[in-house]
Amino acid sequence: MDSRINSRKFKSISRRELLKLTPVVALGAFAIPKLQEPLLKAGLGFSDWFSAKLFRSGHLATTFADSELTPPDKFPINGYDVADPQVDFDRWNLTVAGGVQKPGNYTLAQVQALPKITQNTRHVCVEGWDVIGRFGGARLSDFLKMIGADLTARFVYVECADDYYESLDMATALHPQTLLCYEMYDAPLTREHGAPLRLQMPTKVGYKQAKYLTDLRVTNVLEKVGYWEDQGYSEFYGL
Amino acid sequence: MSTQALTIEDAKTGEVTEAVYEHPLIVRLCHWVNAVALFVMVGSGLQIFRAFPSFGAKIPQKDLINWPKSFALGGWLGGALQWHLTFVWIYIGTGLLYLAYQVFSGHYKQVLFMPKDVPGVWPMARHYFLFGPKPPAREAYNPLQKHAYTSVIVLGVLSVATGFAVWKPIQFSWLAWMMGGFHLARLWHFLIMWAMLAFVFGHLVMVVLHGWNNFVSMLTGWKKDPEYVAK
Repeated sequence: MDSRINSRKFKSISRRELLKLTPVVALGAFAIPKLQEPLLKAGLGFSDWFSAKLFRSGHLATTFADSELTPPDKFPINGYDVADPQVDFDRWNLTVAGGVQKPGNYTLAQVQALPKITQNTRHVCVEGWDVIGRFGGARLSDFLKMIGADLTARFVYVECADDYYESLDMATALHPQTLLCYEMYDAPLTREHGAPLRLQMPTKVGYKQAKYLTDLRVTNVLEKVGYWEDQGYSEFYGL
Repeated sequence: MSTQALTIEDAKTGEVTEAVYEHPLIVRLCHWVNAVALFVMVGSGLQIFRAFPSFGAKIPQKDLINWPKSFALGGWLGGALQWHLTFVWIYIGTGLLYLAYQVFSGHYKQVLFMPKDVPGVWPMARHYFLFGPKPPAREAYNPLQKHAYTSVIVLGVLSVATGFAVWKPIQFSWLAWMMGGFHLARLWHFLIMWAMLAFVFGHLVMVVLHGWNNFVSMLTGWKKDPEYVAK
């Protein structure tokens, strides 16, 4: 198609075409301080929703040979405030509450009586580094069944001796590699790694692996999501 | 592919110029939205990188590069992740829309580097880099341009693929495996960013060299006085 027009007409065509690009300006909303936070929250929320859809209950994380393990003394110790919250092992127990048939206090011996799983899996930090560790413990799913948890509830929420707190979606809590971990490298969990009991699962990023567990609650509603999540990190962060 | 063309007669002087509609609206929208998204992805990506500015295993952790905070976006790791995981959907969305449009409209013939373009590569490179004679222009993009634009599309796809391997190394374990594992996937993701930045740099230089009409065509769609249209 070739047609002859005058330059004034061409200018008006050009202007109209330029104006059609105005939707691009909508991105400027991200530069408005009042809108920025809710927009980014919505964006991260969408990513979390999508992540939950991508999660496959039956899909196992890669396990590694003993020769690929990070040496125990090189396994990084990450705490958010204290390396050792002075847990009294003799009086320690896990307080269970929420949507369960058998709430109450559970001893470490009761957790250790469940079938023991030992796995060499990758531990990935939100910062981007990773290590391969050897973890031993009971499946969280076995523990949830033991306490008569409502497995249709949405979350498992935990609190820790150092005021850290975390939550897991039920699908991840029931994943066969999600452990209530009491051993690392075939030795009892050390204090700096979260003795006597911590969460350990290869399908989540590091900050989900809460240490020094004291309380566990099965719930549909989270008042708080997690220590880092409540400061703006991803609530799901599945790997 | 039929291209719309106009002959413009100057209202005052009566002088005649040609104009060709080079960039359909969807292409222009995708171009500019994606440009903003790429800017945010690079800025926030560099801030994320600052949290562990190295590659491979944690041990020994040596900072490979001390990337300055002023050339990063998001302020802190959590903030940068919010930007990265928000704009990635805009980045992917515009990318997919662009690709779908190119394929279904047939417009890809203007951009896609094909075997028939190979013989034209050397004369064009000689012109750009060795002051050789300028080969005659027959279509909107010369073979080197097509090569650059096709490459950056491939890089865009790879940036998303490597990104998913780093973000979801378990759900997309096959992707991470294809890239040689989690550590290498992270390195590829980083290197692909630099390759894309190299394209952006070259692209901006060429925009400046090729002048105003060329730049305006990505805004209005219309390119005035294109050199490949016979006068």
